[in-house]
Amino acid sequence: MSAGILLFVVCSLMCVGGALITILARNPIRGAMGLLGTIIGIAGLFLRLNAQFLAAMQILVYAGAVVILFVFVIMLLGPSAGISEGQGARSRFSRLFSGAALAVFGAFALVFIGRGARHDFTVITPAHGSVEAVGGRLFNEGLVPFELATALLIVAVIGALAVARSKPNAKKKVELENPTLRMFHGPLHPRDAERPLSGDTLSERVQKESV
Amino acid sequence: MLDLVIENYVLLAGVIFTIGCIGFLIRRNILVQLMSIELMLNSVNLALVAFNRQHTGDMNGQAFAFFIIAVAAAEVAVGLAIVLQFYRLRGTVNSDEAASLRH
Repeated sequence: MSAGILLFVVCSLMCVGGALITILARNPIRGAMGLLGTIIGIAGLFLRLNAQFLAAMQILVYAGAVVILFVFVIMLLGPSAGISEGQGARSRFSRLFSGAALAVFGAFALVFIGRGARHDFTVITPAHGSVEAVGGRLFNEGLVPFELATALLIVAVIGALAVARSKPNAKKKVELENPTLRMFHGPLHPRDAERPLSGDTLSERVQKESV
Repeated sequence: MLDLVIENYVLLAGVIFTIGCIGFLIRRNILVQLMSIELMLNSVNLALVAFNRQHTGDMNGQAFAFFIIAVAAAEVAVGLAIVLQFYRLRGTVNSDEAASLRH
């Protein structure tokens, strides 16, 4: 067994096992760790597929940012991040659709295996997947989409800030005051707003001062 | 050779995509559902890079995978902010609670 086959087998097992842990774990922290395993496995497969730059990006962005963000949010939510989900009572649509997804995948796999044709890797130049090659592709022909992606990231950052900082419970102050009372006792002029509404008339004040 | 055949990589991508799809449908925890979306995006990346391996001197697949990584990062940032806000509003992360618009 060569080292390449070993890498492929180990990375595939990491991917599938991590994915299963992600969707089956009761504790979301374990789910995040499973996601991390899947991401690292896919990065290893990228290495085998001559995509060194993308393997580095995968580790940086997914393992370094996305999983950490998930872990932060799970820690922020505390114990309520792991809700107890009822075993039954899945909606019929969910069951139907997941069954359909399994069936489609099974058909896909059968067609793939049954065809028997195996496409071995073509011979490529060593520069395939290097930073120079991908960067050249991105900045020569894909400059406009690249700049749009930066705009998307900025908008996402601002949007995340705006959504996370706003308070859902901050309702506008409702005017509960009786309008009739307000008509008779309310301030007619802004300078009167400081004055108490009743119990402090001029005659009472004179009495207080004389005592 | 097991590892130098493109079908194996595409099949693996299909397996991961199916697992993510089923996870999104059967779980009720919004955090786990977001992680399932990440699984699906990752599997698509794997398939794109595997197909790109067959094209010499052409980096389109890897450029697409790069953009998918960027979009996934943006999606996670906004999605987790929405999850936090939802938790503040409802006190839970159960996606069944997000039923204000029902009926």
